[in-house]
Amino acid sequence: MSRELARRETVSAYLFLLPSLIFFVGFVVIPMLICIGYSFTNANMNSKTVATTFVALQNFVDLWKDETFLLALKNTFLIVLVSVPTVCLFSLWVGSAIYNLKGPVLSAFRCIFYLPVVTGSVAVTVVWKWMYDNYTGILNYVLKGAGLIDKNINFLGDERFALWCIILILFTTSVGQPIVLYVSALGNVDHSLVEAAKVDGATDIQVFWRIKWPQMMPTTLYILVITTINSFQCFALIQLLTQGGSGTNTVMYYIYVTAFKMTEQQGHFGYANAMGVVLAIFIGILSAVQFRLAKEK
Amino acid sequence: MNSGVRRTTPYRVASIIILVILALLFLFPLYWIVTGSLKPVTEILNPTPSFFPKEFTLNNFDRLFSKRTAPLWELAVPFSSQFSADHKPIFFSVGPTVPAAFRWLINTVFMAVAAMILTCITASMAGYALAKKRFRGRGLLFSLIVCAMALPKQVILIPLIKEISALHMWDNLWAVIVPTVGWPFGVFLMKQFSEGIPGEILEAARIDGASEAKTFTTVVLPMVQPGIGALAIFTFINSWNDYFLQLIMLGSGSNYTISLGIATLQSETSIDLGILMAGAALAAAPIIIVFLIFQKYFTQGITMGAVKG
Repeated sequence: MSRELARRETVSAYLFLLPSLIFFVGFVVIPMLICIGYSFTNANMNSKTVATTFVALQNFVDLWKDETFLLALKNTFLIVLVSVPTVCLFSLWVGSAIYNLKGPVLSAFRCIFYLPVVTGSVAVTVVWKWMYDNYTGILNYVLKGAGLIDKNINFLGDERFALWCIILILFTTSVGQPIVLYVSALGNVDHSLVEAAKVDGATDIQVFWRIKWPQMMPTTLYILVITTINSFQCFALIQLLTQGGSGTNTVMYYIYVTAFKMTEQQGHFGYANAMGVVLAIFIGILSAVQFRLAKEK
Repeated sequence: MNSGVRRTTPYRVASIIILVILALLFLFPLYWIVTGSLKPVTEILNPTPSFFPKEFTLNNFDRLFSKRTAPLWELAVPFSSQFSADHKPIFFSVGPTVPAAFRWLINTVFMAVAAMILTCITASMAGYALAKKRFRGRGLLFSLIVCAMALPKQVILIPLIKEISALHMWDNLWAVIVPTVGWPFGVFLMKQFSEGIPGEILEAARIDGASEAKTFTTVVLPMVQPGIGALAIFTFINSWNDYFLQLIMLGSGSNYTISLGIATLQSETSIDLGILMAGAALAAAPIIIVFLIFQKYFTQGITMGAVKG
């Protein structure tokens, strides 16, 4: 009897899951498998002319000799290493500065810091491109007015600045979600512990790092992971601002170029997928390390 | 709720001042889009920028609208591209010719709304099953979902295009909609919300003889309604702004979304900033309005998705 019940429960569960599974398996799991499979072949976008053959690990070996790829990898890591800590610290500070403000003021601040995310990467890049512009950009005008520079800087065309300009835009479009998360985490901190510590004479700074910070650890971990993934995927900014020029190529952009744009290789699909696999492995390792560190603390 | 006495320390005052300055800096790009779209071209190209437009004009919008045109709608016979000779859809109704930007907006709204509705239906069902039913394969399925969420979405987009073109769905708005619905964040979020349904209520419904479908629609759905609200607005905004997916899946001007349309204009007319600012304003305005109206649900969705994340 109970077996019959368990069977019915399983059947009804899968019926509820079915619509979602069609989309999830069809358009997430299968592409993942395709990605891994193709990374061991020399597949081309126009595979009608060139036969697809199995090349084992050749793509991965080629990657480590490909200077464009290594530079893109270096840039990607630079973006991650700079943006993840700054985004986390900035949103932690903003979160702790606004979480006990009055309701409407709090929502106003939360909205404003979230707006660059909502505006969408295309609209955001179009306006930043103008602000960075060599001749009509407001940034050059302001810096010159303040006496910090003598003549206009071509921000996006100069290797010394281009990547940092992109990191700055990435920063403004990344802090929205962490701020929302920190505000709600700070609101949920166990109040009796804070009161008890204050009675014992703890300063505000001690209360923050000894009581609130450990309780927010799960939130911090989540923020670290999502910010890392976001920074690794930096694509639209590069494609719309520099097309990978001025030393701003990233892995995600190089994957796109290899798969769709490179003329002499005509869409080297297998190679692009191998890069995708490498990127996924790096993200997996970093996420695992972050989980490990957070667990220890 | 807040700690009884609020002291006004110098640190507090300083932090509020810094916050206000930062907020203004974050708002500035948006302000620059709006004022830029209303400035005449000569004022835009002036090396000495005017912080407030000296002269207002709608000329930029005029030029944006006359630059490209497209039919307002093209309704295809469902699945017609699967059996038509050249794999092109067969249209049975084509609308009047209008500025392409309107068509792009309609495409984007259609795409975002379809993705939103499908995601809400499938995710609320799946989330309920994962949270409240004990069945074989549950643990495996859930870990698969969590792993897929941690994976960079863009990595699967390149292979996805092979699959989509094999299905003859390339350059069709559905090619953007189906991967969005498949993304497992929605299932994860709805599982979190469904955990809160007390088992006794479900048991009571079963004893009263309600069928599974009836239990779901009359008992479960009303209880997870805030979750569905959060998921709806979250999916709408994410799908509206998912530029990479739209870029690789859509190829012809009449199927473009507004983001893609503006990006194309940028590569064609990078000199004409007036048109670009008008386009950016047109692309950003609807989604910002939607966000401001539903932001309460949105905040809730972000927060719930992170709990036990």
